[in-house]
Amino acid sequence: MFLRRLLPLAALALIAAPFASEAKDWKKVVIATEGAYPPYNMHAPDGKLIGFEIDLAMDVCKRVNLECSFIAQDWDGIIPGLNAGKYDAVMSGMSITPKRLEVIDFTHAYTNSPTTFLVEKGSPLAKMASPGRVSLDDKAGTDAAIAAIKPLLKGKIVGVQVSTIQSDLLNAFLKDTVEIRTYKTTEEHDLDLAAGRVDAALASVSYFSSTLNKPGGDKFTMVGPLLTGGMLGKGSGIALRKTDTDLKALLDKGLLAAIKDGSVKALSMQWFKADISAAE
Amino acid sequence: MDTVFLAETMGKLLAGLPLTIELAIISISAGAVLATILALFRATSPIAEAIVRGYVFTLRGTPLLLQIFLIYYGLGQFAEVRHSILWPFLRQPYWCAILALTINTSAYGSEIIRGGLQSVPAGAIEAGRAAGMSRLLLTRRIVLPIAIRQALPAYGNEMIAMVKATSLASIVTLMEVSGIAYAIISETYRAIEVFLCAGAIYLTLNFLLTRGLAVLERWLNPHLVQSRT
Repeated sequence: MFLRRLLPLAALALIAAPFASEAKDWKKVVIATEGAYPPYNMHAPDGKLIGFEIDLAMDVCKRVNLECSFIAQDWDGIIPGLNAGKYDAVMSGMSITPKRLEVIDFTHAYTNSPTTFLVEKGSPLAKMASPGRVSLDDKAGTDAAIAAIKPLLKGKIVGVQVSTIQSDLLNAFLKDTVEIRTYKTTEEHDLDLAAGRVDAALASVSYFSSTLNKPGGDKFTMVGPLLTGGMLGKGSGIALRKTDTDLKALLDKGLLAAIKDGSVKALSMQWFKADISAAE
Repeated sequence: MDTVFLAETMGKLLAGLPLTIELAIISISAGAVLATILALFRATSPIAEAIVRGYVFTLRGTPLLLQIFLIYYGLGQFAEVRHSILWPFLRQPYWCAILALTINTSAYGSEIIRGGLQSVPAGAIEAGRAAGMSRLLLTRRIVLPIAIRQALPAYGNEMIAMVKATSLASIVTLMEVSGIAYAIISETYRAIEVFLCAGAIYLTLNFLLTRGLAVLERWLNPHLVQSRT
């Protein structure tokens, strides 16, 4: 088992080494993913990586004649590993944010999933106003939406994953209204929501749809405005090293074609049961 | 080295210092009281000994990380626990962390104190009895002072270990020094600088703790201080 785990590493070293040095004539691309963020990416029972991003990558790579393969990598070290040349790209539900753009580059976004609240069905918070999509780029609209939910949220505890765009959002808009509790993973705030330790959780709609599909998920419901834009970033894109501009051009071409002909939307419907594909 | 970043990081980490100190002081003190009770209780009867042995065996034999997880996420899964009178405490990550740290250190501490109690010379106890001391008075005046004096160096190790163990509280959402360090790293991807700063904070804390213990040791061993001068 241990040796089997090492084999891909050895193979990767052989592939990556020549490509990192000479290359620029891209034929093979190794993509890293967390393998633990369903339905974006996950491990099938037989250990294979599956998910929306794996299917999407295969589609995009075929369009631009690239041979793409996936490897699993922990979220913690996924950006340092990219810059260290362990793989060529990252597809792991990673939002395009200014902070990340300081160290890596991104292709065009492929998904743009809104941020919203998850609460228990019987909770008083279930009555929160749900005005649909609200873009943070529209200041008046945002202020109105936030003002509408503030009275209900006053003094409540909201769980959120640490260092995500959602935790930034809470700090920017609701810091004085709610008590923010940060978790290492999104699953942990779901557990505490079920246990009643937090009154609501804040994450992306795409993630919460997977929560609702899990056993016991039927006691939760998504409420509140569907927030996008502004500090929430431009959605998730393929992360690349800053130096690989030629690879970015190739993948952008394939990705935009896939968005245009509706392939991304179709995959989104298949995996998320909702359209969270990014606009062109 | 980016000194501006280091200073900024240090400032953010120091905000978590009061919580780290609070967790350490409360769990070490409560743990010491519990450990003393366990060590004294153990000596009362064979049944008591078996109970304490089981307690120590379980808590020393499993990782503290698992104990924190089990108390926080584990207990929260049962509706019976959520509807019990303990829930107002167990609902809060703070008390779950304190509880886990306390019972963990009490297991180690009771063994250290047991060693201290066994090292009390039989002659000293006999002398106390001969002077007509009651069992309680004997324990308070003769047995505990000698036992604590003997156990202190080993107990100092345990206290230092506990200061470091508070870093595990971050896994149940408490933002003490390590929790803040992890948060900064996942925002900046600069693990080395942040961990260096966090390490320096723990090192300073433990330096002060060991100095304090040295003073305490000297105070508990006046005969040794005099003989040295």
